[in-house]
Amino acid sequence: MLKRRRRSHLTTPGIRTEGAGYLLMAPAILGLGFFTIAPILFAIFLSFQKVKLLGGIEYEFVGLRNFARLAADDRLWIALKNTAEYVAIVVPAQTVLALALAATLNAGIKGQNIWRILFFLPTITSSAVLTLIFMWIYNADGLLNQALALVGLPTYNWLSDPNVALKGIMIMNIWSTAPFFMVIYLAALQDIPRSLYESAEIDGANSWQQFRYITLPQLRPVTFFVVAMGVIGTFQLFDQSYIFSGGSGGPNNATLTVVLLIYQSVFRDLQLGYAAAIAFLLAIVIITVTLIQQHIFGQEST
Amino acid sequence: MKFSIHPFNFRWVLYVLLGVYAIVTLIPFLWALSASFKPLSEIIAGDFFPHHFTLDNYRQIFLEQPLFLRWLFNSVFIAVCVTVLNLLFNSMAGYALARLQFRGKQFWFLVILAVLAVPAQVTLIPTFLILKSFGWLNSYQGMVIPGMINATFIFMMRQFFINFPRSLEEAAALDGLNTLQIFWYIVLPLAKPAIAAQAVFIFMGSWNNFLLPVVILFEPEMFTLPLGLNTFKGQYISYWNYIMAASMMFTLPMFGLYIFFNRYFIQSVTFTGGKG
Repeated sequence: MLKRRRRSHLTTPGIRTEGAGYLLMAPAILGLGFFTIAPILFAIFLSFQKVKLLGGIEYEFVGLRNFARLAADDRLWIALKNTAEYVAIVVPAQTVLALALAATLNAGIKGQNIWRILFFLPTITSSAVLTLIFMWIYNADGLLNQALALVGLPTYNWLSDPNVALKGIMIMNIWSTAPFFMVIYLAALQDIPRSLYESAEIDGANSWQQFRYITLPQLRPVTFFVVAMGVIGTFQLFDQSYIFSGGSGGPNNATLTVVLLIYQSVFRDLQLGYAAAIAFLLAIVIITVTLIQQHIFGQEST
Repeated sequence: MKFSIHPFNFRWVLYVLLGVYAIVTLIPFLWALSASFKPLSEIIAGDFFPHHFTLDNYRQIFLEQPLFLRWLFNSVFIAVCVTVLNLLFNSMAGYALARLQFRGKQFWFLVILAVLAVPAQVTLIPTFLILKSFGWLNSYQGMVIPGMINATFIFMMRQFFINFPRSLEEAAALDGLNTLQIFWYIVLPLAKPAIAAQAVFIFMGSWNNFLLPVVILFEPEMFTLPLGLNTFKGQYISYWNYIMAASMMFTLPMFGLYIFFNRYFIQSVTFTGGKG
């Protein structure tokens, strides 16, 4: 406690900050408590039960049996591998693209308002519409293959070839998610004090040096947010692989993701307990990755 | 002003890249827009531009679906309530987590990160049971209250506030403002770009939300637009022309909202421009 008080920057007494802290947190604690944390606790309860949905709901305590089943489930390991590959490629690509777009649109180019509106289009178009459009583009004789053939590159059957099906979803997701993070970066760029750039210019720093030594470090907390949300969003990939594969995760499990597997366990196999166990494995993976990141991005709260 | 080293070459390459990217962004959207003005046979034929331009698809939605305006109202009403509550509550929590010292602060931040890690598919059934026990199924409060707070944007606001210069808040504290006054009069006005971004995303999330309404709304009068359009999809299965027209009706309000809030992301850039 003493240590915390010492770090307090405001001159208001510690007690009042304590009260104000909880006052400002109250709606969040109540809202999340009832509608997020309580459902999660219920799901934790479910992960130790065998749930029967015949007529009413019946529970039977099975201890760790749902968790023991995880290790022996081949499709879970395939889903984890697909999901990890997806995260490893999509998160860096969309983060760099979003930052590049934001920095470019913030650099005082002509017509920046128009560019900003055009580039944001993929994010406001509803995901169901986007997926349908992309299925048309990815068709065997669709737009993408026509474009590839035009420049002499090999064409693929994007929807049914197990080797490329997941890559097709990756391309679509990078394209549609980058503008979302672009907007966050744009907002963050507005908050960097102009005086930093002014003094750098006086010191003779060129635009790359300004970007490298002022913009990037100043964006650090927001980059932590962008990467963390990217990791969470990609680990929870569901809609696109569901629509592309019609809910199966095919061809040959190539687009099977962990959340699709959870969905199949809940709504197809009616195994709520097992689904909850998979979800907690996934949550632990995500939290671990996020904490590692927080460590890497550390020293953010100076 | 910033690319002053090789002004000509660099800018030229830059505009070409931006143009190519804009084309990649626009084509899918234009395809859907163009499809919404085509008869069905032309969509299946797969040509880009409509040969027989028609407004029939839009007429069909309004005439054949008397509840369309009601769904539109429901969607707007719910999205506006959710957005206003979120902007206030997420910013409050984000500020507390970024700046204030209170017991359990680190704990609550970890709770918020942990909450984000659990996929919605698992909590859906428990959420339904909780709303049912409150008697909030098929109601506006059932849609608004669970959505009034969003862990993602608490996290985002925290990351923004952490970077704010402390000097203004310290000066305000010396002037005798208490923590809540500092938050309301000093910090919130400074956070306009972040709040504008949040407004767009939260409105969009509520506008597009499908998972929660599909579980808790069951009377057609209470449907939101995505739910209503979905019944429409079932009714006219494979009538892509109607589906595309409905999708456009659904996307355009969002587009307008983004254009409105977009001005806040460029605020201080124009300010710099005036100076230079």
